[in-house]
Amino acid sequence: MSLQEPGIMTQPATLPETGEKKVTPILRVQHLNVHAGSNHILKDVNLEIPRNRITVLLGPSGCGKTTLLKCMNKLTDLYRELNVSGNIFIENDNILHTTTNIPGIRQKMGLLSQRPYPLPVSIYKNVAYGLKLKGVRDKRLIGFSVEKHLREVGLWEEVKNRLNAPATSLSIGQQQRLCLARGLAVKPSIILADEPTSALDPISSKIIEDLFKDMKKHYTIILVTHVLRQAMRLADHVIFMYDGEIIEQGSPEELFNNPQTDKLRAYLVDGN
Amino acid sequence: MRRIKILEEKFFILLSGFMAYSLIAVLAFIILVIFVKGFNALSFDMILKIPKGGYYYGGEGGVLNAIAGSVYIAFGATLIAIAIGMPAALYINVQLVRYKRTQNTIRYFLDALWGIPSIVYGAFGFALMLFFGMNASLLAGIITVALLISPIMVRTFDEVLSTIPKGLHEASLALGSTRTETAFRVMFKQGFSGFITAILLSFGRGIGDAASVLFTAGYTDNIPVNLDEPAATLPLAIFFQLGSPIPEVRERAFASAVILTAIILAISLGARYLSKRYSRTNLK
Repeated sequence: MSLQEPGIMTQPATLPETGEKKVTPILRVQHLNVHAGSNHILKDVNLEIPRNRITVLLGPSGCGKTTLLKCMNKLTDLYRELNVSGNIFIENDNILHTTTNIPGIRQKMGLLSQRPYPLPVSIYKNVAYGLKLKGVRDKRLIGFSVEKHLREVGLWEEVKNRLNAPATSLSIGQQQRLCLARGLAVKPSIILADEPTSALDPISSKIIEDLFKDMKKHYTIILVTHVLRQAMRLADHVIFMYDGEIIEQGSPEELFNNPQTDKLRAYLVDGN
Repeated sequence: MRRIKILEEKFFILLSGFMAYSLIAVLAFIILVIFVKGFNALSFDMILKIPKGGYYYGGEGGVLNAIAGSVYIAFGATLIAIAIGMPAALYINVQLVRYKRTQNTIRYFLDALWGIPSIVYGAFGFALMLFFGMNASLLAGIITVALLISPIMVRTFDEVLSTIPKGLHEASLALGSTRTETAFRVMFKQGFSGFITAILLSFGRGIGDAASVLFTAGYTDNIPVNLDEPAATLPLAIFFQLGSPIPEVRERAFASAVILTAIILAISLGARYLSKRYSRTNLK
């Protein structure tokens, strides 16, 4: 894993611009602060997300991982109590400071949440939904795209005979893959996955994990998890958070074999 | 200690069971009483004919005028209330999602409106009617009943929408929907079965209310064919017939009550059936 080089190793002192990188970052977060009233949820977060890699946001529950993820696709807008400041660049757009075309920004990212939320329509329409939003009207093109993305998540063979059945008739593991296919259909470059396997059984979890490994050829994946083993299995790049701060970031080898801080060391031992 | 716990458990199961079943028994008893009292007068003439001359002295005819008037008023009022209630409820739950305090203030006022007795709406509708120089008419009745059931409609729509998981809302936005697309393509769809229940229950409330139409809709023996004509209603038909000194007419009051109750029961059943049918694709 020589792909993640020094520049993004440790904490705020090293700003993302410094250091050389063989992989250009797709997403950069600079001085991100989130307050909720007197609560300081994210404290001066600086990080870079390498392109076409799986970046794992690791940390105990309540450390701000999900909030960080929600900042990235501006779902924080839904919560008035959250006060967000700082910069988040995707490619070169500063998304925190645009007020126009928020749907367009969100379409650059597919979201996979802790439990699947299929839309209250059929399996087919779930995947077609994003295309219709984009104004695609050609039925053949939609049909083609639906099949392609259902195949991409390995769901096609299981559902091809009941595409018009309600999405909620699928098992929860299938629903999660459907939600992934639905997200992929809007052609994002980044997948935001917020503990996507926490509601799933071990087999479904493994399918999702295997999918992520395949998908990183085409997508950048940001995975939030508090499961250490999952982080070890999947991560190309690890960001360890604790209490709203980034404690360490770097390659999994560096972090897991040679933790620099007591907090990470303690977390690696007892997972908390 | 253990025995006390077991006794306590038994006592409360019996008590709550008794209360639940006695409530159903009361409903059954009400239906039975009006049915028995009205049975003799119940005939096809009752529901198919309008009152002939001398109907109120025991002559021929039926209460089709009141059935039609009630259905017209409740139907019209329901349409207006949907037109007001649906956008309002979607606005509260989608556009105002960040503004908890505004949401709660609006809900408070709607609950207060819900609690205002219908006679007050009747009086207000009457004042409004005079202000615009209208006579007691179908239109005035529709407007007054619409005012009466709108808060109910908004609040029940609102309850339906507020039970929709936030994750679904976020999922829709994350796919790149605007807030309006989220409201109409996702929230509306998810809430649809609940909306049907809400609409039919509001309809039921509208058709059964007497006080709001007392001064506004008037009363007539004919079926109204225009919005500016007065309209009879079933609750008022019951009221007038029940006050009669002639036993046959009082019997007809009960028969009319049976008809009104049957309409409301049919609506409740319809609500159950339709909401089941349309919740097939819903996220549980």
